[in-house]
Amino acid sequence: MFDFISFIPRAVMQGVPLMLGCTGETITEKSGNLNLGTAGIMYVGGISGVIGAFLYENAAGTEMNPFLTIAIPLLCCIVGSILMGLIYCFLTVTLRANQNVTGLALTTFGVGLGNFFGGSLIKLVKTDIPSVVLTRTSQAFSRTLPFADRLGWFGKIFLSYSFLAYVAIALALFASFVLNRTRTGLELRSVGENPGTADAAGINVVRYKYLTTCIGSVVSGLGGLYYVMDYASGVWSNNAFGDRGWLAIALVIFTIWRPSVSILASILFGGLYILNVYIPTGTNLAIKEIYKMAPYIVTIVVLVISSMQKKRENQPPAALGLSYFREER
Amino acid sequence: MIQISKRGELTRSKALLIRLLAIALGILACALITVITTRQNPLLVLQALVKGSFGSSRRSWIFFQNTAILLCIALAVTPAFKMRCWNLGAEGQVLAGAMATAACMVLMGRAGLSTAVIIPCMVVSSIIAGALWAAIPAFFKARFNTNETLFTLMMNYVATQIVAYFCVKWENPKGSCKIGVINQKTNLGWLPELGNKYILVLAVVALLTLFMYFYLNYTKHGYELTVVGESDNTARYVGIKVNRVIIRTMALSGAICGIAGLLLVGGINHTVATTIAGGQGFTAVMVSWLANFNPLSMILSSGLLVFLETGANELATSCGLNASFGDILTGVLIFFIIGSEFFVNYHVSFRSKKKEDK
Repeated sequence: MFDFISFIPRAVMQGVPLMLGCTGETITEKSGNLNLGTAGIMYVGGISGVIGAFLYENAAGTEMNPFLTIAIPLLCCIVGSILMGLIYCFLTVTLRANQNVTGLALTTFGVGLGNFFGGSLIKLVKTDIPSVVLTRTSQAFSRTLPFADRLGWFGKIFLSYSFLAYVAIALALFASFVLNRTRTGLELRSVGENPGTADAAGINVVRYKYLTTCIGSVVSGLGGLYYVMDYASGVWSNNAFGDRGWLAIALVIFTIWRPSVSILASILFGGLYILNVYIPTGTNLAIKEIYKMAPYIVTIVVLVISSMQKKRENQPPAALGLSYFREER
Repeated sequence: MIQISKRGELTRSKALLIRLLAIALGILACALITVITTRQNPLLVLQALVKGSFGSSRRSWIFFQNTAILLCIALAVTPAFKMRCWNLGAEGQVLAGAMATAACMVLMGRAGLSTAVIIPCMVVSSIIAGALWAAIPAFFKARFNTNETLFTLMMNYVATQIVAYFCVKWENPKGSCKIGVINQKTNLGWLPELGNKYILVLAVVALLTLFMYFYLNYTKHGYELTVVGESDNTARYVGIKVNRVIIRTMALSGAICGIAGLLLVGGINHTVATTIAGGQGFTAVMVSWLANFNPLSMILSSGLLVFLETGANELATSCGLNASFGDILTGVLIFFIIGSEFFVNYHVSFRSKKKEDK
């Protein structure tokens, strides 16, 4: 029998970084910025948190303030992600550079930054610790509700996660609310659909693009932080984060630009990601590699179907990927 | 107050000057970062950079070989970009070509065929595999206007998993999940060496560069794809079959990626792994863009990026730092160059704030 009670929590834990990445990217794309740098931003979010936690753990010794243990990595992650968002915005919005190239460069840069500091942190700080293992910070981050264990399968499936997982769900719902139900959301969507018209209506296009891209980066960056601190138990290993950033971008299409859908969709993707572990294959190990294709194939199918249907509400923001220059309207 | 206006046509020399200035500034920034993180004498840093690529004759050959492969992939993505079709799937197309080559080598090697039969099969199958891998997204792009950026991106991972599947299936030795060097004893299907083992790759890529230069600038196909890139509607109006151009150009793009895969497996590594393209599909996008889609300038831009990467690796190893340092430097340099395009296209002037401005 397929073991749902152990499968679902693991799928959710895989899904949370994707959920955060997807929500962040959706917000960004709604402003017309196709930020292919999300993969890099998630790395930077993760490594910034690791650097903050590492420095604090070393400085504090045995006495660690529980509030600061959470706050310092969180703050570092936010600052790191904002900086990445700013680089992207400065190049694409202010300097009107090509978004695809900028995004790819940002990914190269971000992944490089993550792996570089992950591999060289110890050397740079000159301590005698063998590797970056942030057990105590990770314990603080992955603390779950105390009564979750006592509620049997219900507790395991719904309550066994750390606070960042619930933050991710809240952020997705909040983003969905803002985008669809508020004036700010309406204005933001208009910037992504037709910046010329938005500009004519008195909306500050540049400010919207900067703000949403930076907020989106922070949300994506938190995904990286969750991955290191909770999923990977505070152990940074290079390239362990893998292609999740790209998968998050795929999710944006899969959810047809709806953050609320991303909650279930990312858990589904998380499930697909680890499905190969749960399907009994016997001695045929090779077939596992084929199962790992599932999330990508599913994305392709959704992409094709949504383009075939041509439903107006299921299309990407019309000005996605285009730089806006007022005098070229 | 700052005023930004669109420039007319800039003279070539002036545009070049701006770009060179940006590269110089970028290298300066890279040097600054390096000196700060490694706390070494800047001259030593420079020495390490040069040593990385040209320290010995073997290193120089490897430098040229790496440049050639990156250049080959960059050439492949160029026609698609000129058509404003963002082929981010070069990685997957290279893998498809590489896998097809490896499959020929393994299966036909087992069947005991001779190299003279295997090599033509490798060439044909790698080109077809690469072209097919690009033509699938192109077909949907042409037919339903499916977003090709994301489609090709996903195809990368499908290709990666297919390669991973065969790596486990044909593992050698057992339990390693790696294919290992194919036909190590018999050398069946290994591409022949011209002089030394590097020259064949360089020669093939040099020919491809010339071919691509003429294809883009002096052929009907090249003209058609440029028109499609400028404006779909214009292209339709003058009677160009846009759908056919899209599929044809993407297939060409994939086919050249397939050749890159062929060279990587048949000529260089003699094995296949999921990491064989090593992210070069993405770097190639930047190479092509940096060269302004001009195949001849791409020789320089790919050389620059490979030089930086190898140099930074050398530097990182000598200081005991992580090898990803090269990626950071590449990123910084590209940020500068991307930024410089703005000053090529727009004119920025400062003037004092006056009443009539309001």
